[in-house]
Amino acid sequence: MPEERCIVLLKDIFYKKRRYATVQTGQVQEDKPMAKEVPEGLMTKCPKCGTIAYAKELEKNLKVCQGCGHHFSMTAFERIAMLVDEGHFFEYDSGLLSADPLNFPDYMPKLEKDMEKSGLSEAVVTGEGTIKGYPAVIAVMDSRFRMGSMGSVVGEKIARAIEQAIEKQYPFILFSASGGARMQEGVLSLMQMAKTSAALAKLSAAGGLYISVMTNPTTGGVSASFASLGDYNFAEPGALIGFAGRRIIEQTIRQELPEDFQTAEFLLKKGQLDKVIPRKELRDTLAKILDMHTVRRAN
Amino acid sequence: MAGELPFEKPLLELNAKIEELRKFTEEKDIDFTDEIVKLEARAKSLAQEIYGNLTPWQRVQLARHPERPTTLDLINELFTDFIELHGDRLYGDDAAIVAGIAKFNGRPVTVMGHQKGRDTKENIARNFGMPHPEGYRKALRLMQQADKFNRPIICFINTPGAYPGKAAEERGQSEAIARNLREMASFGVPIICIVTGEGGSGGALALGVGNRLLMLENAFYSVISPEGAAALLWKDASQAQRAAETMKITARDLYELGVVDEIIPEPMGGAHRHLAQTAASLRDAIKGHLAELTDMSREELVADRYEKYKSIGRYAALTESI
Repeated sequence: MPEERCIVLLKDIFYKKRRYATVQTGQVQEDKPMAKEVPEGLMTKCPKCGTIAYAKELEKNLKVCQGCGHHFSMTAFERIAMLVDEGHFFEYDSGLLSADPLNFPDYMPKLEKDMEKSGLSEAVVTGEGTIKGYPAVIAVMDSRFRMGSMGSVVGEKIARAIEQAIEKQYPFILFSASGGARMQEGVLSLMQMAKTSAALAKLSAAGGLYISVMTNPTTGGVSASFASLGDYNFAEPGALIGFAGRRIIEQTIRQELPEDFQTAEFLLKKGQLDKVIPRKELRDTLAKILDMHTVRRAN
Repeated sequence: MAGELPFEKPLLELNAKIEELRKFTEEKDIDFTDEIVKLEARAKSLAQEIYGNLTPWQRVQLARHPERPTTLDLINELFTDFIELHGDRLYGDDAAIVAGIAKFNGRPVTVMGHQKGRDTKENIARNFGMPHPEGYRKALRLMQQADKFNRPIICFINTPGAYPGKAAEERGQSEAIARNLREMASFGVPIICIVTGEGGSGGALALGVGNRLLMLENAFYSVISPEGAAALLWKDASQAQRAAETMKITARDLYELGVVDEIIPEPMGGAHRHLAQTAASLRDAIKGHLAELTDMSREELVADRYEKYKSIGRYAALTESI
């Protein structure tokens, strides 16, 4: 099932990582016993249209419903596997772990639970890889980890990844999936918006390419920082994207919002996105863009 | 007086009593001088007790005080020759942000900030200091102008947050904030940001990427309002007082977290008690920081800002990372 495959992938990636790179990074995931996954059924029901599909079929279809095209959320490593050339991903900074700077009630246990649940050390995986032979620095957020929220580690990992992109003159591609800033780290989380945006300013000044792909959901402080700053701002179909939460807006303006408010399609219509790209076309489209930016091919 | 806060009540009552005795002394020709002296001493120590030990929630109340100096109040006190400039050239002019050019100590600067109203009518016109995208885009336009003409930028931050509305979302609230963060990081002029009241999350930060971040003593700065945090944490917005403590939002907290460079003292009882005194402290602080930044090259200023934000954050490194 998806999670099971994820585990296999994780190990694959770590194994290949050692062959691929000479620098040793932390083996956080390997040190920890893998979370016992709740065995999912053979079948998965689409929450949008109710179509029931074999989970394996769904996975083959990149977790897109055959019935209605609903895009199920992907884990960070599923996304990486879908995106990069097999065996060509080298993870950065997996050893950066969240501290508890505010001594916030219940923060640590929640982090531990999410680590176990997701097999990840934090809500973003960063690294470098090739897409159809084109090298890129890639950051992928995972909404299973604290709703993909950005605290010090997420901000730092993204900023470091951008610095790698500058140094190596690689394009930077980021897949956002986040509820926003991480409340448990207070104003330090807020400041990560400035940190990541400042790193992108540096990348831009160096002439670097940045492609932002917003996936479901991309909201709050993540939407209001790096996710909106791509040279190209893309989104997956149906993704929820916005600054303020729907309920807050409804309470503030005291009117009901349209059904499709804050969806990728809505924002496209309002001129806020370059393109909505179905998942199946994503790898090809990204490769085309990388090609047009005359990135030198690996090998 | 108007806008008295609950925690000030004992002091205000005591002051009223002293006033009463004074009147008595004058009118009835009974000498209460001894009592007055005693009570005045008590009022002094009570004031010290109350204002010297403000809780985070009390500071939030002071920061939101209806008579708290607004950006325009401070601009009038601190600058000369202020010319307000309007509009983002794209959509409209957002009254929740004021901006313009002025002189500080004889030196041309660009100055801007969130603008709250004094009364309900003005607050509605100012949207309670909650900007739409056009406000941030006006600010950006004028910062770009400052960058072009090599003028330092001074930003006053005082907002509950960016406006959570339908039109704001449609016009790209996220993009407007994000763009300001990136562009502010890249300007080659000194940028000094000062939280003067409420620092409400991303809507505050969009004017807040500077070489220096300063805070008035009773200002607060938070990723989420205490009410919002309480609603999320304990499903109860009335726990805001507790949230104000948990979230670490005071100037002292932010100084200790390495976010704020200097805390600017306020007069006893809060900035609104003595505008001129508040302005004098602000003037000294701005003067000092501006002097430090003046000799830096454009590249050095950008690098200085980058280092400032890059170093903010706390985490643990399990192993050596690249």
